[in-house]
Amino acid sequence: MREKHKRITLLAGHYGSGKTNIAVNLAFELKKNFEKVAIADIDIVNPYFRTKDSQKELEENGIKLICSEYANSNVDIPALPQEIYSIIDDKEIMAVVDIGGDDRGAYALGRYAPGIIEENNYDMLFVVNKFRPLTPDAESTVEIMHEIEEAGKIRFTGIVNNSNIGNETTADDVLNSLSYAEDISRIAGLPVVMTTVMEEIKDALVGKIPNLFALKLQKKLKEML
Amino acid sequence: MADKVLMKGNEAIAEAAIIAGCRHYFGYPITPQTEIAAYMAKRMPKIGGTFLQAESEIAAINMVYGVSSTGKRVMTSSSSPGISLKGEGLSYLAGADLPALVINVQRGGPGLGGIQPSQSDYFQATKGGAHGDFRMIVLAPSSVQEMADMTVKGFELADKYRMTAMVLADGTMGQMMEPVSLDYEIGAPIEKPWATTGTKMERPHNIVNSLFLVPDELEKSNFERFERYKYIEENECMYEEYMMDDAEICVTAFGIAARVSKNAINAAREMGIKVGLIRPITLWPFPVAPYKKAADKVKEIISVELSMGQMIEDVKLASECKVPVTLCNRVGGMIPSPEQVLDAIKKAANGGAK
Repeated sequence: MREKHKRITLLAGHYGSGKTNIAVNLAFELKKNFEKVAIADIDIVNPYFRTKDSQKELEENGIKLICSEYANSNVDIPALPQEIYSIIDDKEIMAVVDIGGDDRGAYALGRYAPGIIEENNYDMLFVVNKFRPLTPDAESTVEIMHEIEEAGKIRFTGIVNNSNIGNETTADDVLNSLSYAEDISRIAGLPVVMTTVMEEIKDALVGKIPNLFALKLQKKLKEML
Repeated sequence: MADKVLMKGNEAIAEAAIIAGCRHYFGYPITPQTEIAAYMAKRMPKIGGTFLQAESEIAAINMVYGVSSTGKRVMTSSSSPGISLKGEGLSYLAGADLPALVINVQRGGPGLGGIQPSQSDYFQATKGGAHGDFRMIVLAPSSVQEMADMTVKGFELADKYRMTAMVLADGTMGQMMEPVSLDYEIGAPIEKPWATTGTKMERPHNIVNSLFLVPDELEKSNFERFERYKYIEENECMYEEYMMDDAEICVTAFGIAARVSKNAINAAREMGIKVGLIRPITLWPFPVAPYKKAADKVKEIISVELSMGQMIEDVKLASECKVPVTLCNRVGGMIPSPEQVLDAIKKAANGGAK
């Protein structure tokens, strides 16, 4: 994990790169050190498997969930709750923002960008997974990165390497993905701020990768396996 | 495992279609299958293919008719209400004996219904789906890998039998992510001497049409088509049997319901209950054989469905009602839990349906 957390952590990336699962895990991690933690779901793209799936666990741990009241319902419209402005205005909240995939998802960020940039206490993290079919190499991944920046109106400040092939991921798969993340880092001129792995394989990687962050899978996803 | 990628079911369908040689996709967005169109929109322009968002589902299915007439592999995709709109086109494809692949990532209904998963288009898919006497080959994947496999298989069967193949998935299958291997051996394109590719002044005109001016010719075309259907019923059934060898109770389910059922069966086996699963992979042709066999040895068949009980009718026919067939279901976008299926299994083990 990182040493120092900015007040707002924004997570964006290619569709299906793992943003929501990381956002939920990051919120739990922040809660260990901070009193007021909130997670905001501004995903206007994904119909299923949302931050709201973890609502119970988040609320039990005193983490505030801000999401569209229509998330996980049959109201199939891209809606954003007005409450999102509270994480920009209330400077005491440590916030994680889960942004929808690709540039299409990042458009929702654009309206909040001016306030976030003005305060200048944020990390905009680019989540990458080399095992996703449309981002198998650094070039294609960086192309998507620029599309997201264009739509979201905020420049990325770091990279999260979340390379995995679901429950078949081995420690070697993660190790083999490091050069991919480094290539992106070099082309984009951004640091790899963490590598995220499922907690089952964390032990095999401790000491081999800096800034390793173990993830628990969201309950609903787990039940589907 | 470097040969595998992590994909959503909808993406797996789209990529598998491209691998199978499909270069023409026509569709109209609808949750929960929009990723198919989104993926095609990104990929098709890069490989010289056509992605076209039509003005409606009706337009899209008729574009499929047009491309199929030229002998090219072509597909469309939608979700339940959108498939209903395609109904007329599906009937025309059947009447003109045109191959096509149609994807239905089902959501709850009837009507506009909801966007959560469902299997309530079983009747629509397996009993024809529109006016006139016709069938579609219906393939029911139950993993992201099978979403891709059935797409490739669907194109092959559609071409082989000159008819529509439908992949009947559900919202969960479309949205969930799993590792997929897309390593397929794609055979050479099948000869399509009937295609309207231009005569080059070397042959008579080919005509693709579903209109017959003389009744006995229309009758003849129906008879011939059903000869083909009979052959398909005898040769193309696909199914999986899981722990059926010593089973005293049979659970049957397809798609996402089969995954849930397997979890329940594993739990029941740990309790010492002898239960197995028949999972139809082709819903038409419906695999009659395993049910015939099961009906002579099990005491109850439990049909697990995300519908009010649609496949159960085919299960009763296939098992000739020799044993009670009961329904375990959720509808409206809800999925039966493994606990609910386990309860149904336990009830059957303790005397079961009367």
